[in-house]
Amino acid sequence: MSGAFMLIDNIPVEIQGEKNILELIRKAGIDLPTFCYYSELSVYGACRLCVVENKWGGIEASCSTVPKAGMEVHTNTPRLRKYRKMILELILANHCRDCTTCDKNGTCKLQELAMRFGIKEVRFENAKKAIPLDKSSSSIVRDESKCILCGDCVRMCDEVQNVGAIDFAYRGSEMRISTAFHKCMAESNCVGCGQCAAVCPTGAITVKNDTAKIWDELSNPEVKVVAQIAPAVRVGIGEALGQTNGTNVMGKIVAALKRIGFNEVFDTSTGADLTVLEETNEFLKRLEQGKEGPLFTSCCPAWVKYAENNYPELMGNVSTCRSPMQMFGSVLKEHYSHSNKKVVVVGVMPCTAKKAEAERDEFKEEGIPYIDYVITTQELIQMIKEAGLVFDELEQEAVDMPFGVNSGAGVIFGVTGGVTEAVIRRIADDKSINTLRALAFKGVRGMQGVKEASIPFGDKMLQIAVVSGLKNADDLIQKIKNGEKQYDFVEVMACLGGCVSGAGQPFAKGDEKAKRGQGLYDTDRMSSIKRSEENPVIMSLYSGLLKGKVHQLLHVKYAGKE
Amino acid sequence: MLSNRADLAELRKIYQKSIQTQKVKVLICAGTGCIAGGAKDIYEEFVRLMQEQGIVCSVSLEKEPHDESVGVKQSGCHGFCEMGPLVRIEPWGYLYIKVKAEDCQEIIDTTIKAGECIERLAYHKDGKVYKAQDEIPFYEKQTRLVLEHCGQIDATSLEEYVAVGGYEALEKALFEMSDEDIIREVETSNLRGRGGGGYPAGRKWAQVKGQSEPTKYVVCNGDEGDPGAFMDRSIMEGDPHRMLEGMMIAARACGAEEGYIYVRAEYPLAISRLVKAISQAKSYGLLGNNILGTNFNFDIKINKGAGAFVCGEGSALTASIEGRRGMPRVKPPRTVEQGLFEKPTVLNNVETFANVPLVILNGAQWYKTIGPENSPGTKAFALTGNIENTGLIEVPMGTTLREVIFDIGGGMRGGEGFKAVQIGGPSGGCLTKEQLDLPLDFDSLKKAGAMIGSGGLVVMDDHTCMVEVARFFMNFTQNESCGKCVPCREGTKRMLEILERIVSGEGEIEDLDKLIELADTISSTALCGLGKTAAFPVVSTIKNFREEYEAHIIDKRCPSKTCQKLKQITIDAVLCKGCTKCSRLCPVGAISGKVKETFVIDKSKCIKCGACIEACAFKAIRED
Repeated sequence: MSGAFMLIDNIPVEIQGEKNILELIRKAGIDLPTFCYYSELSVYGACRLCVVENKWGGIEASCSTVPKAGMEVHTNTPRLRKYRKMILELILANHCRDCTTCDKNGTCKLQELAMRFGIKEVRFENAKKAIPLDKSSSSIVRDESKCILCGDCVRMCDEVQNVGAIDFAYRGSEMRISTAFHKCMAESNCVGCGQCAAVCPTGAITVKNDTAKIWDELSNPEVKVVAQIAPAVRVGIGEALGQTNGTNVMGKIVAALKRIGFNEVFDTSTGADLTVLEETNEFLKRLEQGKEGPLFTSCCPAWVKYAENNYPELMGNVSTCRSPMQMFGSVLKEHYSHSNKKVVVVGVMPCTAKKAEAERDEFKEEGIPYIDYVITTQELIQMIKEAGLVFDELEQEAVDMPFGVNSGAGVIFGVTGGVTEAVIRRIADDKSINTLRALAFKGVRGMQGVKEASIPFGDKMLQIAVVSGLKNADDLIQKIKNGEKQYDFVEVMACLGGCVSGAGQPFAKGDEKAKRGQGLYDTDRMSSIKRSEENPVIMSLYSGLLKGKVHQLLHVKYAGKE
Repeated sequence: MLSNRADLAELRKIYQKSIQTQKVKVLICAGTGCIAGGAKDIYEEFVRLMQEQGIVCSVSLEKEPHDESVGVKQSGCHGFCEMGPLVRIEPWGYLYIKVKAEDCQEIIDTTIKAGECIERLAYHKDGKVYKAQDEIPFYEKQTRLVLEHCGQIDATSLEEYVAVGGYEALEKALFEMSDEDIIREVETSNLRGRGGGGYPAGRKWAQVKGQSEPTKYVVCNGDEGDPGAFMDRSIMEGDPHRMLEGMMIAARACGAEEGYIYVRAEYPLAISRLVKAISQAKSYGLLGNNILGTNFNFDIKINKGAGAFVCGEGSALTASIEGRRGMPRVKPPRTVEQGLFEKPTVLNNVETFANVPLVILNGAQWYKTIGPENSPGTKAFALTGNIENTGLIEVPMGTTLREVIFDIGGGMRGGEGFKAVQIGGPSGGCLTKEQLDLPLDFDSLKKAGAMIGSGGLVVMDDHTCMVEVARFFMNFTQNESCGKCVPCREGTKRMLEILERIVSGEGEIEDLDKLIELADTISSTALCGLGKTAAFPVVSTIKNFREEYEAHIIDKRCPSKTCQKLKQITIDAVLCKGCTKCSRLCPVGAISGKVKETFVIDKSKCIKCGACIEACAFKAIRED
């Protein structure tokens, strides 16, 4: 109890450290419209929709007004309604209004607000120039005719991801979002994390949609289509399909994919188990050889790209392990190498950068990729809807053999700290369940962007850092470089909170992302196999398919790496 | 290097003596306007002729001067820009106008040698000759305090500034006053920000001083961008040290050790004068560490703006200095809390800083005797438009518009009728005949729905189309909008679109309501001052000249015959002799007819260039 109150529409609301009155207004149960406010980004104050009227008739943007005791504001006065409508009308007048064919149809914030405020007519001529789409990126598509210049993407790319691939160019009504020198996205320093698309309120930046290609493959009788589902998908898909956010609906996803026509469905967690073993081996070897600097994880392709762009000198410290998707992809391709049909492997991922990863030359053999296509959680939702499947009514199914077993360690890969926890489980001397439980409280769990842990190993303490969000990663690298920090192992995930927050997932706010992470920990708790090395499938792979091919199939040398 | 107060006093004594040996002083206006008119050539011609003819002339103050010499100086703007290039000759105080290099020899022979006034070069009005500058009505009614040195001393000389009492205020602030004393004095004087906002400078300084963050900055806003405003430029060009002195005193009072001057790159002369002034101050130790032997350290850097009007807004300005995109940000935090590099920052405008030495030296009580109680001091205005005497003026706050326009400004050019005056540039409003007796101060203008702005006064006569004026300013703001917030970016664009339609005769009566609705939304919801005031010119012209809008919209007629597209050119059937000349001259073939019969203009083809009107020997072609 702070004891300080302000009046919102004549209702007293307690101020409890809120940074702005917008948060307080939302706490009071009023959904004030905004385009440019995200609590994890800086306050930009450009859309002016969140304006409120104070008791003297002054108009203030609530996102940038600090709450003070005794303050009185109104959120829905005739003036405010008039201004909001006018602002929406002005935005719409400068917007491509082909809603029915837009990727964001139904999830577009502009569409939603236009509906909410009853905008039935736009009195100004549509002056939007036709700008060609930028489809050059493997991860995202830009349609500038739908950009409302709220700047969310710019701040996300700069403040959270420290990439700065896009920024404002030109002034006034000529203002645009642009890469440096107006290069196409593919030629920019974009790492493909897709977080810009995640925060874009309209269809100006969307995730590249590859569903049409999958449908084509599925309807080709000459092709065997195989799917692998990443851990985070199972906890991110439900809400859009009538389930509770964060609940593991893996069984239903498998059933849906089968009904859609996938021939075999597997779990990327199995690939993650392989990653744990390989990465642990590499880590232990590094420790043994006393190599300088930490080992950085390599599961996240956006992080790998970021390191390649910004810290090529650190690439020697980035694990040579392929990501779980790629490890599993090459194992699957090897497994089906004698199939009489063409085998197509589809990754179902929470991630947009995975699309680009699958296209990398390092992950092709004689021009044929290990992973043929990557679709995101959102694309899978679209396919399920397109197929007319009533998700709620689907009977759960198990993933296929011979890869149908995975450990809990492999599942928690989908949340920040998961990779680290899995590796620690592998190297821990004491394998008792109590030790394992205690690990969870060593500081590796939680949605914070930077976590640190010290783990005893032999006669030394291993220093471990877990970061998510590339800005956090960059800050950490600076500290490592200037000697302020020393680590043995650093897990990096490009998206804040890890893969559960991936841009391929349906949009979620902070606490909803945490729920997804919790969903994965719940699954881990329920799995009988906790450690990757206890997974019998993995063991049989090492003695079978992988024999003599571990390096060829599970590791990678990124181009440009020493 | 001046290492203590006595050194500065000694320096002042030396150059006061030196200046006294200049029995005759030739002050050639070297402001941007007069330079464009050939002032540099005049200066060089004077020097050349005197050297050739063995007249001892000094182009800069010498430490050990000749017994007697003629000082030839490039001064700051004299203000009477309409009459430039200007040359003032002391000790007689003659002001010669529209001087040419060819006049120099005569000036030397008649004035410099014999002390006679050359009447043909003096200002004439209504048959009267005004030999001395002070007698000219343009100057007589002014109170030049901030501009006192502009036109009186060599604008490029620290020595001369010191000799006429420069840096005495700094001396007083450093040796006789505590930080609190300085702030109290400025607060008591009620010196209000001259950039337009009118926020009390002393209060701002106190807020900066009160911040716990030890690093603080002093920033001078020299990004004067209003069309028709050049007060700050003239101060920077004409008396740069005065502004630096003001900044130093602010820095001392607030505890800043670094200052920035943000000047637009379109002011190359101001920049070069400032660069020179800063380097002079550094070489004398008036900038740097342990200034005059005290513990006060202060340095000033110059930052050139790339010509964005919006960078005159505080947070856009600091962003621009930091190397970021010049876009205003939301407040809080305010500039006094987190300004430049997120440190507490005193951000004042050029004229405000130039007022500071006056306040410190003469005291707050003296300062308050000038102008009205709530807006004390003087204000510099740039007079432009359809006025007889365009130029730079300074009057006590509270002077009426009538005095400024008719007494100082000499009334309307060509004896035309007064229609309106746009005050405060694109953020201001237009004032009409009825408001001519309005005192020019912060509060009176605010009440009248206008603002003093930075001090641009654009005077308009009867032939001005107010719709076109509104369109002009809207076009300016629209071009200068940073594009950040929706109401300003999209709203001004739509307002301009509507205004452009109206001046082309395509307006509809609903457009007026639409304009007012847009104006209301933009003014109430825009993020920064530029946006909030962007619609003012439109609102005030609709309020004061609604009938002109209606004439454009309903009658498709521009009452002042300014709007090209609304012009109607017709051939008088009685006067036309059918000579075919107009038809042959028309560039678009809009005129046709048979020889010796009446010709007609095809209105759909006519581009209203007026070539036919000029060509017609019978005055048969008319424009309505």
